[in-house]
Amino acid sequence: MTNEEKAEELLYDVIILGAGPAGLSAAIYTIRKAMKTLILSKDVGGQLTWTSDVDNYLGFSQVNALELVAKFEEHVRRFNVERAIGVDVAEVFPAGPVKRVVTRDGRSYRGKTIIIATGGRHKPLNIPGEREYVGKGVSYCSTCDAPLYAGADVAVIGGGNSALGAAIDLMGIANKIHLIFLMPELTGDPVYQARVRQSEKVVILPQCEPTRIFGRDYVEGIEYRGMQSGEIKTLAVEGVFIEIGTLPNSGLFSHILTTNEKGEILVDHECRTGLAGVFACGDVTNVPFKQVVVAVGEGSKAALSAYNYLISRA
Amino acid sequence: MAKKVKIYTTAACHYCRQAKEYLTEKGVEFEAVDVSSDPQALQEMKKVSGGARSVPVISIGEKVIIGFEPELLDEALKGDQP
Repeated sequence: MTNEEKAEELLYDVIILGAGPAGLSAAIYTIRKAMKTLILSKDVGGQLTWTSDVDNYLGFSQVNALELVAKFEEHVRRFNVERAIGVDVAEVFPAGPVKRVVTRDGRSYRGKTIIIATGGRHKPLNIPGEREYVGKGVSYCSTCDAPLYAGADVAVIGGGNSALGAAIDLMGIANKIHLIFLMPELTGDPVYQARVRQSEKVVILPQCEPTRIFGRDYVEGIEYRGMQSGEIKTLAVEGVFIEIGTLPNSGLFSHILTTNEKGEILVDHECRTGLAGVFACGDVTNVPFKQVVVAVGEGSKAALSAYNYLISRA
Repeated sequence: MAKKVKIYTTAACHYCRQAKEYLTEKGVEFEAVDVSSDPQALQEMKKVSGGARSVPVISIGEKVIIGFEPELLDEALKGDQP
C-alpha cells in the first residue's frame, strides 16, 4: 500500500488545505496538540515565495523569503507532519462530522475538521494581450523572472508593496522601469518608496491605467491611458510585471461558506467559518492586513480553535 | 529509453525549486541550469521554448513546459518513470 493509499484509509483530526505561512503555522499547533494532521497543498510557502526579502517579520531584520520558507518547512518537518504537496484539491465536502477532501488525481481524504489556508493568487489586469503573453513578457513573479530582463525596458503595474518590491528586484537588472498605477500616489511602505524614488532607472507614472499589452511573438509594448487627460500613450517594453494585489483562493468554498464582496471567507475572531468544524485563516479570509506575521498568527488561532472544537465534542 | 529532462531556472525562483523537488520525488533524473548566471543557458532556454521569458522551463524529450505544472509534467513523463 502506498503512502497516499494509507492516507486515504485514515480519519484525520484535521486536514489543512494550503502550506503557506498560515497553513504551516496551523500545522505546528495541531501536531503539538497531538492531532492527527494532514497538509494538502499545491505548493509550499504560498505568496511568500513571490517576494525577495522580508524585512518585517519579528526576529529577522532582513531575511530572504525563500530562506524563511525553508525555515518554516524545516520546523514543520521536525514534527513529521504528513503532507501531500503538488496536489490540487478538486472538491471539499465540509458538512457533517466527517469531512471529505477530493484531489484532482481522484484521491479522497477524510477529516474531523478542516482548516482552509489556501491563500491568494495574483490578480490579473484583465486587459487585451495579458493572457496571450504570459511567459512571453508578461510575468507575475519578479523574483523568478527579473534576471531574464537584463538591460531591457520593462513596466511594473501597481503602486503598493508588491509592485515596489518588483521594481526593486528589477533595478539592478533592467535598463528602465516604468511604474504604472491608478492612484495619485504610491501606496507602498515609505522605505520602499524611498528606494524606488532614488533610482534613476524608475519612471513613476501615477494615475495611469494600462489598457493593452501588445507585440508580435513576444511583448513589445504597453498602452495606457492617463486618467486625468484621457490621453492614450504607449511605451516600448519587453516585459510587463503585474503586481496589483491578490484574489482569495476561495472558489471551492464560495457556495458553502459565507464570503464578502472580494470573495474572502468570513471568519470570526476564532477563525470559525460558521460551518461546524471548518476553520479558515490567512489571506483567504476577510482578516485585514495581508502580512506574513498576521497569517502565521491566524494559522495558530485556527489550529487552537479546531482543537477546542474537537475536545468539546469528545 | 528515458527521456532527457532539463530544467532551466533562476536562483530565487521558488517554483523552480518546487519543480526540481517534484521531479526528484518521482525519481526522475534531470539536469538543472541557472540561466541567471549562465548567458549561454539563457539563450538555449529561449531557443528550446520558442522565446520564453519565464522560469522554470522544463524540456522533457521533445516536449517543453513553461512553469511548474505537475499535471503537465506527469503527462510529459508518461511511460518514463522508474
